[in-house]
Amino acid sequence: MLLLITLVTFGIFFGLPKLAGQTTDQLAASYVGKAPTQEAIEATKERLGLDKPIVVQYGNYLKGIVAGEDFKAGPVTDHCPAPCLGYSFRTSQPVLPTLMDRAPATLGLAVGAAIVWLVAGVATGVVSALKRGSIWDRAAMVVALSGVSLPIYFTGLVSLALFSYKLGIFPGGGSYVGFSQDPVKWFESLVLPWVTLAFLYAAMYARLTRAGMLETMNEDYIRTARAKGLPEKTVITRHALRASLTPILTVFGLDFGLLIGGAVLTENTFSIPGLGQLAISSIGTGDLPMVLGVTTLAATFIVVINLVVDLLYAVIDPRVRLG
Amino acid sequence: MTDTTPAAGPATGSGDAPTAFLEVRDLKIHFPTDDGLVKSVDGLSFQLEKGRTLGIVGESGSGKSVTSLGVLGLHNRHNANVSGEIWLDGQELVGASPADVRRLRGRKMAMIFQDPLSSMHPFYTVGAQIIEAYRVHNDVSKQVARKHAIDMLGRVGIPKPDKRVDDYPHQFSGGMRQRAMIAMALSCDPELLIADEPTTALDVTVQAQILDLIRDLQEEFNSAVIMITHDLGVVAELSDDILVMYAGRCAEYASVEDAFHRPLHPYTWGLLGSMPRLDRERTERLMPIKGTPPSLINVPQGCAFNPRCAYKDLNGDKSTTVRPELVEAVPGHKVACHLPLEKKQEIWESEIRPKL
Amino acid sequence: MNGVRLHMNKMRPIAALAAGALAAAGLAACGGGDSGGSGSGPGYGAAIDKIVNQSDKKGGTLRLAMSDDFDAPDPGNQYYAWDQNFSRLYGRGLMTFKPAAGKDSLNVIPDLATAPGQMADGGKTWTYKLRTGVKYDDGTTVTSKDVKYAVERSNFTDELQLGPKYFKTYLVDNKPAYKGPYKDKSDEGLKSIETPDDNTIVFHLSKPFAEFDYLVAMSQTIPVPKAKDTGLKYESSIVSSGPYKVDNYTRGKSMTLSRNPNWDPSTDPIRKALPDRIELQLKQNADDIDNRLLAGSLDMDVAGVGVQSGTQPKVLTPQQKPYTDNPIQGYLRFMSLNQHVKPLDNIHCRIAVQYATDKVAAQTAYGGPLAGGDVATTILPPSVAGYRKFDLYPQKQASGGNGLDQATLAKAKQELAACGQPNGFSTKISARSDRPKEVAMAQAIQQGLKKVGINVSIVQWPAGDYFNKYVGVPNYVHQHGVGMMLMAWAADWPTGYGFLSQIVDGRAIKPSGGNNLAEEDNPKVNDALDQAIANPDKAARMKAYGDIDQMVMQDAVEVPLIYAKALLYRPKRVTNVGITMGYGGMYDYLNMGVEK
Repeated sequence: MLLLITLVTFGIFFGLPKLAGQTTDQLAASYVGKAPTQEAIEATKERLGLDKPIVVQYGNYLKGIVAGEDFKAGPVTDHCPAPCLGYSFRTSQPVLPTLMDRAPATLGLAVGAAIVWLVAGVATGVVSALKRGSIWDRAAMVVALSGVSLPIYFTGLVSLALFSYKLGIFPGGGSYVGFSQDPVKWFESLVLPWVTLAFLYAAMYARLTRAGMLETMNEDYIRTARAKGLPEKTVITRHALRASLTPILTVFGLDFGLLIGGAVLTENTFSIPGLGQLAISSIGTGDLPMVLGVTTLAATFIVVINLVVDLLYAVIDPRVRLG
Repeated sequence: MTDTTPAAGPATGSGDAPTAFLEVRDLKIHFPTDDGLVKSVDGLSFQLEKGRTLGIVGESGSGKSVTSLGVLGLHNRHNANVSGEIWLDGQELVGASPADVRRLRGRKMAMIFQDPLSSMHPFYTVGAQIIEAYRVHNDVSKQVARKHAIDMLGRVGIPKPDKRVDDYPHQFSGGMRQRAMIAMALSCDPELLIADEPTTALDVTVQAQILDLIRDLQEEFNSAVIMITHDLGVVAELSDDILVMYAGRCAEYASVEDAFHRPLHPYTWGLLGSMPRLDRERTERLMPIKGTPPSLINVPQGCAFNPRCAYKDLNGDKSTTVRPELVEAVPGHKVACHLPLEKKQEIWESEIRPKL
Repeated sequence: MNGVRLHMNKMRPIAALAAGALAAAGLAACGGGDSGGSGSGPGYGAAIDKIVNQSDKKGGTLRLAMSDDFDAPDPGNQYYAWDQNFSRLYGRGLMTFKPAAGKDSLNVIPDLATAPGQMADGGKTWTYKLRTGVKYDDGTTVTSKDVKYAVERSNFTDELQLGPKYFKTYLVDNKPAYKGPYKDKSDEGLKSIETPDDNTIVFHLSKPFAEFDYLVAMSQTIPVPKAKDTGLKYESSIVSSGPYKVDNYTRGKSMTLSRNPNWDPSTDPIRKALPDRIELQLKQNADDIDNRLLAGSLDMDVAGVGVQSGTQPKVLTPQQKPYTDNPIQGYLRFMSLNQHVKPLDNIHCRIAVQYATDKVAAQTAYGGPLAGGDVATTILPPSVAGYRKFDLYPQKQASGGNGLDQATLAKAKQELAACGQPNGFSTKISARSDRPKEVAMAQAIQQGLKKVGINVSIVQWPAGDYFNKYVGVPNYVHQHGVGMMLMAWAADWPTGYGFLSQIVDGRAIKPSGGNNLAEEDNPKVNDALDQAIANPDKAARMKAYGDIDQMVMQDAVEVPLIYAKALLYRPKRVTNVGITMGYGGMYDYLNMGVEK
């Protein structure tokens, strides 16, 4: 699986630029200062391993994963133990520790936002479905529509301007601190990003939940539940909502998996040093190993999350259980 | 079966508490839609005593199921207009608060649905669903409720109920599922049991077992039972009285004996003609009713059955202009048809009966 | 924006930088404002020619942010102007730009050295004496060998490639060629840098170079102890020789500086070292940075390229405008006319273009006077030492704002007639496809030229290939008849030589990747450049730069369009704020402090 992921991503990031006409000289030249001499370019190509055929480069990459890699930083040689995802072209840092350094911020952002959007989105969706056609339903769906339509860099900046700079309730951009450094500040700094990011998703989940609930509420077993004399609250939460969760879970798996690979816009807007920001800046500087690393990590996340989702299906829906 | 006079009649919304255990008076259930008002039930009245079984028959869309759901108060008041009166054991339900009706549901009146697979929640065990039904009306611990559930499953004939109680509906066979459904419906000893096509989704062999079960249980619990079906065989098997519904109204009301042997409504004749009989020649044995059931938005003028009725011309234009009221043509036997009684009896004896 | 950044490392086509909002220009250039505030208090443009909010108050935390990252914080591996401005907080090179505002900031003054370089051998030998008692943050003493080592590692190794390579170009090389300290482990190293004692360093150049003091003002002379050098990893364990030490640097996140206990103010007459702590946040959202500056939760955007376009209206309100400056930013946007593309081989046709190019329209296309810049008439921007104001091809706008007036157009037509093209001619104009403002500029020029019958078609190429594959390849230009090429340029040090030598010197014409797009190869210009840089007399040099500028303009091969400007914001909490022209028209970070 991982092999396939690395092969595909490697092919895309190392192979495609060549097909598109970018020469290794050009790539190397971007890691040399202004007015690079051919000599400097050659030296850089050699240092980055770009002088070798692409198959050999991939072989070295795999070798690094299995056996680790040595990196010549000049007077010292750095060893990157297996699994080594190579060294950044741009920053000369080993890729994997950089990813691990960035992952907690993204993870914290994604998990928090996911909680907010699940709670808010599902609750809104349920209420909307039950009060279908009411003012509440319409208002909620208008808000949901705007949530889906408004880009994060807009809602993010507006919320920063309002809640941070104008009202001073939450700390402003760039206030992110690691959880291990100061959990309280960590929480405070993430409230706005969570809400902003969750706004987008909550909107989608509200619509999804509403549709799912409307469908489920027509199911025979809901009628049965009512016929048993269950209070409406129980009917909705225990019977209808649980059955509506399956499609939500499916989408959630995909969304969350993607998000963990980097909430690019949110991280950029709130200046959170996560994987998404790393991905963007690495793409910007043509830092192929880092891009490859982020992509591989993201792909791995998505695979793992989908596995977890599949397992969760079985928890939610006994019909899916094996054996 | 015929010793009791069927106590039925178009009560006219007097508001007085009736003497019958269940009495429905002029029940109307209308659904406003974008296309128009759907009159699913339009002025239905009947009575039912405990220990007795009423069979409601009719084609799909005739209002049978809507009626039963109406009795249980399961229509959403936002999209259904329910009027008339439903008296259950001296308590009026149409005007009662939803919470009051909810407390009666499952306890005093319960329902068995047509498709046990879709009617049971796929994510909860059979036991959990019965336990839930029991505990909502009985303040007992989970253990007690579980014991009761196992007991109920045993009583409806599920083998090894203590094991099967933890199975999910999809792990049951169709018949077993319906038994479980019945166990759930009966878990609170309801005095009124509504069975909506309880055997339609089942194998023929299983059908008989389920019907036996319902009958046995009825005797045991002395419940009033409403058996909703389009299958006259089931009605003949189980019911004391029959209510034939057409286009949301009662076409004929009679004891089983009368309904099968002396039916008075052309629609009932049609239903009987549609019944498969093994003792007839293949070519003759089915006489399907022509045409399709009417739209409940645009019910035909006059008698709703007139477009499909072979005898409408015998009444001049009455059948297409005047709606026939349900009248007691023969004691204990009501019918809504413009044909004179003698004419009806004559047609039955001469034209219909011989062909059945 | 990211597309731009890929090429930001590569300073060559500074033009590249120009368009990007993030662009941190080349080292040199500019400043110099047109609208200095009056009176003693700060006001709009007040910091352009003087230090405002002066203070000696110590303490507090200076909170800085940037939307990007260093190219490298390692002084031996950096190029950006802001990097070099900033790295002086934790490192002391031999010389540095004077912490001042306006023209004064173009002067280089001794930092680690006790005095400017002692020139000998006709400008080929430069000797510096180091101050005594300068210590690293680990308490060890700075020696001249560390300076030599710093120059060697930054210019001669394969690993540290991001910085400029002027020392490699001008210093006498070993025989065989010196391979840098990582490959060449000899004690001697580069023989042309001598360290007769721990406080003396001597540089031997291959040709006279009168502006060597500017070269040693680059961060590459910030000393690095050989034993502490870890090559590419050094950026995370920098040894400080300045008033602050680097507590922490994480790529893409932040850098924090605190006081270097071993820094001795008596050895450092130019630094005030006011804040106790300096926090620099990296990779911050650019729009959010502006908001935080306005809200007072941030003290400075160190990129120094101005506020985002969306912020401009917010800072131009009556309340905020007194806290803004609109300095010239070191680079020139111009149009090169290739001398080998007919009919531009005829000087009269080139002069016709000089007259008929509507510079005001070009300025408007690039964002107007505030965000675009001032209309240019010379190749050297006013922010470069040696700038002389002149205008060989004066233009007038028609009253009513409909382009150039009839008199100007008549001059152009007259030149066209002299060129033998009385009805005009056709050629191509190039712009970078991923620079919308540059393309808009090309369109504006196209419209203007049409009035005299010069029909140009616009050709566009991506910035990444612009110089390597297209306009910087003379063969390509000739074959495809690209007569006019848009670009921008800033210098690596703010003198006429630093600015002109790469774009008008005939010896800078390369088969590909060159910047002398006009293929200007005037022997008189070439000689004048050689003579100027060899001339120890500063005043004479400065005069020569103006002359050279004028000579090239007489050849009419470059059409200056605008001197780029930016709108900068200085929060009121910040003290000692002035625009340094030494680092391209941004605020000088050396002595910034904060009011509590």
